[in-house]
Amino acid sequence: MLSEQAEKNKKAKDNIEKKMRKAPRPEAQTSVFVIRKRTFTLAFLGLFVLFTVSALVTEYDVIGGFESLPKAVAWMAKQFIPDEKALSRLSSILSKLMETALVSVAVTVCAATCAFFFSLFGTKTTKTHPLLARTVRIVAAFFRNVPDVVWAMLLLFSFGQNILTGFFALFFATFGMMTRAFIETIDEVSASCVEALYATGATSLQTVFNGVIPSSLPEIVSWVLYMIETNIRSSTLIGMLTATGIGYLFDLYYKRMDYGSASLVVICIVILVIAIETISNKIRKVIM
Amino acid sequence: MSELEAAERLPVYIDIREHMRKTRSGKIRTRARSKSNLTIRLTILVLVALTIYGFATFDYKDIDFTKAAVGTWNNAKVLFAQPRLTYSTWGESLKELFVTFSLGALSTIFGAIIAFFGALLCAKNIANPVVAGITKSFVAFIRAVPTILWVLIFTVAAGLGSVAAVIGLTFHSCSYLVKAYSESIEEVDAGTIEALKASGASFWQIVFQALLPSSISRMTAWTFLRFEINFTNAIAVGAAAGAGGIGFDLYMAGSHYFDLRELGFITYIVLAAVIVLEIVATRIKATVK
Repeated sequence: MLSEQAEKNKKAKDNIEKKMRKAPRPEAQTSVFVIRKRTFTLAFLGLFVLFTVSALVTEYDVIGGFESLPKAVAWMAKQFIPDEKALSRLSSILSKLMETALVSVAVTVCAATCAFFFSLFGTKTTKTHPLLARTVRIVAAFFRNVPDVVWAMLLLFSFGQNILTGFFALFFATFGMMTRAFIETIDEVSASCVEALYATGATSLQTVFNGVIPSSLPEIVSWVLYMIETNIRSSTLIGMLTATGIGYLFDLYYKRMDYGSASLVVICIVILVIAIETISNKIRKVIM
Repeated sequence: MSELEAAERLPVYIDIREHMRKTRSGKIRTRARSKSNLTIRLTILVLVALTIYGFATFDYKDIDFTKAAVGTWNNAKVLFAQPRLTYSTWGESLKELFVTFSLGALSTIFGAIIAFFGALLCAKNIANPVVAGITKSFVAFIRAVPTILWVLIFTVAAGLGSVAAVIGLTFHSCSYLVKAYSESIEEVDAGTIEALKASGASFWQIVFQALLPSSISRMTAWTFLRFEINFTNAIAVGAAAGAGGIGFDLYMAGSHYFDLRELGFITYIVLAAVIVLEIVATRIKATVK
């Protein structure tokens, strides 16, 4: 009797299990919100771990960091304000600022010219050999990714504390950046008109001058304007390492603890950068 | 010419030749004289003029250019062809690289969190225009000051070390990401926001249920791009402000030991790290899009 009962029970159980197997499982349709919540929680945990490890490695004092912020602001409000001594140095600061601005314009224009001709070998539009195109990309990646600090140090050995040290250090980095940017721009902007020109039987030189240059010129000018602004900021750093330009002047005042003059340098840089940004944005609005 | 002849034969009389603009030598002008073309030409002209003026007025201090260039070439050969560690070890360099990586990561995390709330104040589709204007100009000011100067300014207040470096780097990342994030938020469909508003959702509900989910992919791409920049900046800051990490090693090798081979070795380590980051960034961008 008992065994029969057990068998019956077992059969019933099997039946139920079979039905269960056929029926759609509710677990498979987890709600979108649950998935989203899970992803966010995981991402948050990952970030938290990264944060903790980073803070430990760099010996970053989280509370001290937050505490130092108001301290820094208070210090800036008290000390970091141009005084009379600083104003008497305005003319020398302005002349150095002018020099830095001219260097970054000159660097950007030279680098853009070189990078443009170099990038022509790297684009698909000119139909150069794929191996050549790849080489161009690798060379550009090399120049772009070697830190500008290294370029500055290397040049410092032979050029000394000269304006050309800063010039070439910025030149190499800008050249690498712009080559990549120009390759992407040319591929993106001029693909259709280049195809049309090739179809009419134009040579690659004709295609470059009548198709590539006119169609990608607005983008290129926009990139040049952006790089001028970036280079003014980077030339401050390069200037500190190579003892040239406005960076050197800031470093000099800073190390002498003449914070009034140092603050005037910062204010001058800010005005210059914002002025260039405003002009660039106006030009960009017209040409794009 | 056949086209021109065909034009003459049209029933409506239009002389195309009257409307063609020609150059003095008789060629047909193919480019329209538009405001944008004129602006481009003018911009290029001004930039080239400034470049020439710059080269003419720079103080070269009577440097022997060929000698210096040849010297640099020889040094570059030593730097890139014979890398060798003398003052540091493999393990130490990798540890310093990790420190630089962590500096970049910390400042990106801080920057991203602050920038998210900054972007909410800035995005045209949700923010008050007055508040947005004030935030934007504040951010533009922060961006205009070079990163290294922020770090040096905070070094005075917070002392030499990672705190000054991280805060300095965070300032710049913040301003960069506020711009990027607010542009991503502005691209969210206006209908979604309106629908949520109509159903009575609060501001934070709109932010976390509509804005964040639909722009998070773009934001992630931007954040990772900024992390790459922060890594490079952390190297520079380490070199110029003594904030530690591999940048400081670079500075010591170049300016204290004058050891090109050591400089070369560290350069290769940095190069490898940056290229790995770039590959990861490209992957992330591809999956996100």
